[in-house]
Amino acid sequence: MEKGMNLKLKIWRQKNTNEQGKIVEYPVSNVSPDMSFLEMIDVLNDSLVAKGEEPVAFDHDCREGICGMCSMFINGEAHGPNRGVTTCQLHMRSFKEGETIYIEPWRSEAFPVIKDLMVDRGAFDRIQQAGGFVSVNTSGRTLDANAIPIPKEDADKAFDAATCIGCGACAATCPNGSAMLFVAAKVSQFALLPQGQVERKERVLNMVKQMDEEGFGNCSNIGACEVQCPKNISIEVIARMNREYLMANVKPEN
Amino acid sequence: MNLNAKIPDGPLDQKWTKYKNTARLVNPANKRSIDVIVVGTGLAGASAAASLAEMGYKVKALCFQDSPRRAHSIAAQGGINAAKNYMNDGDSTFRLFYDTIKGGDYRAREANVYRLAEVSANIIDQCVAQGVPFARDYGGLLDNRSFGGTQVSRTFYAKGQTGQQLLLGAYSALSRQVGKGNVEMLNRHEMLDVVIIDGKARGIIARNLVTGAIERHSAHAVVLCTGGYGNVFFLSTNAMGSNVTAAWRAHKRGAAFGNPCYTQIHPTCIPVSGDHQSKLTLMSESLRNDGRIWVPKKKEDVEAIRAKRLKPQDIKEEDRDYYLERRYPAFGNLVPRDIASRAAKERCDEGYGVNATGEAVYLDFSSAIVRYGKAQANVKGIHNATDQQIIELGTKVVEEKYGNLFQMYEQIVAENPYKTPMMIYPAVHYTMGGLWVDYELMTNVPGLYACGEANFSDHGANRLGASALMQGLADGYFVLPYTIGNYLADEIRTGKIPTNSPEFDAAEKNVRDQINRIMNNKGTKPVDHFHKRLGKVMWDKCGMGRNEKGLKEAITEIRKIREDFYQDVRVPGTADYMNQELEKALRVADFIELGELMCIDALERKESCGGHFREEYQTEDGEALRDDNQFMYVAAWEWSGDPSSPKLNKEPLIYENIKVQQRSYK
Ligand SMILES: Cc1cc2nc3c(=O)[nH]c(=O)nc-3n(C[C@H](O)[C@H](O)[C@H](O)COP(=O)(O)OP(=O)(O)OC[C@H]3O[C@@H](n4cnc5c(N)ncnc54)[C@H](O)[C@@H]3O)c2cc1C
Ligand code: SF4
Ligand code: FES
Repeated sequence: MEKGMNLKLKIWRQKNTNEQGKIVEYPVSNVSPDMSFLEMIDVLNDSLVAKGEEPVAFDHDCREGICGMCSMFINGEAHGPNRGVTTCQLHMRSFKEGETIYIEPWRSEAFPVIKDLMVDRGAFDRIQQAGGFVSVNTSGRTLDANAIPIPKEDADKAFDAATCIGCGACAATCPNGSAMLFVAAKVSQFALLPQGQVERKERVLNMVKQMDEEGFGNCSNIGACEVQCPKNISIEVIARMNREYLMANVKPEN
Repeated sequence: MNLNAKIPDGPLDQKWTKYKNTARLVNPANKRSIDVIVVGTGLAGASAAASLAEMGYKVKALCFQDSPRRAHSIAAQGGINAAKNYMNDGDSTFRLFYDTIKGGDYRAREANVYRLAEVSANIIDQCVAQGVPFARDYGGLLDNRSFGGTQVSRTFYAKGQTGQQLLLGAYSALSRQVGKGNVEMLNRHEMLDVVIIDGKARGIIARNLVTGAIERHSAHAVVLCTGGYGNVFFLSTNAMGSNVTAAWRAHKRGAAFGNPCYTQIHPTCIPVSGDHQSKLTLMSESLRNDGRIWVPKKKEDVEAIRAKRLKPQDIKEEDRDYYLERRYPAFGNLVPRDIASRAAKERCDEGYGVNATGEAVYLDFSSAIVRYGKAQANVKGIHNATDQQIIELGTKVVEEKYGNLFQMYEQIVAENPYKTPMMIYPAVHYTMGGLWVDYELMTNVPGLYACGEANFSDHGANRLGASALMQGLADGYFVLPYTIGNYLADEIRTGKIPTNSPEFDAAEKNVRDQINRIMNNKGTKPVDHFHKRLGKVMWDKCGMGRNEKGLKEAITEIRKIREDFYQDVRVPGTADYMNQELEKALRVADFIELGELMCIDALERKESCGGHFREEYQTEDGEALRDDNQFMYVAAWEWSGDPSSPKLNKEPLIYENIKVQQRSYK
């Protein structure tokens, strides 16, 4: 077997929300290029536990790029150096022998650190609760699913917007701390579908209001979010949401 | 033990209607004073919590992730079945029912499965109404594809992200109710015990995973939607946090555990790459619509491939063994999962595996790419298209259907599956076993329900692809909301359940004692050490092939692992704040006990059926050999206080509408 890599990890350690955190250095050796990034941290953690030290806390679950739990800045980039992938999909073959890797949690006022690399993204849930739904009860007594044909192009675009995994990389990356890409993806999904039309205005107004209340910043079209989004959500959704928002404000109801 | 399944009488296709017409109701005013706890907010839990809240019950829902949107259901890829017959290919409620019973190797209850098939069409209507963006054709109507074990196309999908889109739909319905204040959502909470008072489920003990606080929550009914236990094998396609703890603690409080040994090993997963492996990744069954599975016919080709002297593309067509097409001409690559997995193992055991470990077969899209490419060229009016053009056009079609799966594969394996066939191997994927429930989805403990993968109900000894999503949503949206009222109708005068009773005291103490025992242990090894040991025993001896000798050894080895665990596990830090190592330890402790029960169940079931393959019981050509005279029952295990001596209860299975046959996919 080929010998693995030796790396120097510089990891943000923070005991809890209130205490100050700091970067701690951990050397790791014999890292296989076939390991995933999180498996590399698993190995580090097992060695810490064996020494009686607390392992590095980090969020993760599916480890295949779909649940949106994993959330790390790796060398200053959300989800690491590769585009269109999450942290958990990143493999060590993307790193070089001897490299120093900085690993930090999302940095955003709206996402307070819980411990080490783990943050609280409850703000996203609350934005969803403010309007990210179609108000239809779950009786099953709705129209037949094929009663309203939807042009394939609209269905595909709605799907593309709906693939957002709610990871928060967009907001964490944005210099203004704006969550526009996340919110606009949800607004766009419904705006593109006939089922979303009835509540179109209220939805965008309520979700934007909640977004502002959560302390996310304003969007100034920098576009960093789109670059770091692991699901390649296009910044076009923001343009669509701006139009939706404008329309909703121009003709207020009642 | 009372194992009355409470199946309504009358003809099969009228049972559910009859049930709904006669079940007792709770009026709207009374619903407001009834509390229901829903543990788990995957497809089953989110749909149940949203529906119950819409109906007016006061709901508290828990999940261990930081948001309900991240439940393991999110990872489901290929699709969801429904008997819509949009394709006009002869599908019907009865056919979906029949396929499911047959696919499950005649080990599921007729009445439950028929109901599932009956409500399946509503699921699609409901999801579309919620704005779930399913795949559509150019006419704007919903598209379908095929899954294993069927000869119709009844699977609805959203690329390879169907679970994500369905869960986000259920999550949106749940969010709407949270926003309205009808559901109190407790994220990052883990249920650690059920509280039973006077024989009824009355609440739970949960740990707040952020603050470490041990909390008491009371309710008039408790619904467990906590998913499957495939992670008992350490390596599986399940998410890292998927666990058996909630179901297991319920079992230890009296709920019977049904058919624990029925495990689904999925044929198409990315093979293990090394010791560091933390989980395995599925390549959806939908890929078998277009991918052909093969290994070389000649050993010398196998060796050349392993030594990287030959590439798969270099093997001539006549030197390839498309072994599923060869053995099962009627279903070909679309045989059910248990059969496809065993066939892959058979080829690899014979020495035809195509990677360094000898545990991989090819899943090849080249014929599909050419087929689609030619069709596209025709559609686009390109005459005399070059091979290159055809491949480009065909690649686009395949990308449209499975793009995210191909991307996932490339990330992990660092090979381009559009150009080189995928390498795949079976891996643990789903557990048909789970908490025993009756027709109303209630366990044998009154007031304690189980929905989704956490129950044992609908899939018999083998689940068909795209049927778990169907079951989860059927349970949560359309079954439980009716059946729970039949029980809660008796609770309208009960009033709020206090949490200061001796039963709550005892349950909380039980949880605290276990946490303290683990935290105070002065061991030397991390939790994963024990989990990996357990997983290896389970995979080697209670995996794809099982036999008496191996199972007996496994039982002894697991007992030793349990002993070692409590002596040598080490969990640093404290229990009074976020401590992921402690979370893992509590889960693995339960997995160890469950593993032993799985082996005992597998040992007891002296037949082969579906995912349970006892090597002693097979036909001449290596197919599973059932013994209907002796084993046509649900094994419902009862906790005795000692993990090594559970008590077996049997619920006989009776087939009135289907003729029980030897399963054949030839
Ligand atoms: C990779 C993959 C792909 C799949 N693809 C398909 C497919 O294409 N089609 C198909 O039909 N099926 C598929 N399946 C199967 C299907 O996804 C699952 O069976 C189904 O989603 C399970 O849903 P559930 O609601 O029962 O549980 P889950 O989605 O697993 O949800 C469990 C919930 O319980 C919570 N929980 C668990 N324990 C506790 C506890 N102690 N305290 C508090 N909360 C707890 C979790 O937080 C979570 O919210 C796939 C499975 C996998 C692994
Ligand atoms: S828009 Fe992209 S970066 Fe933002 S939450 Fe969604 S998936 Fe993550
Ligand atoms: S762990 Fe699920 S997206 Fe990374």
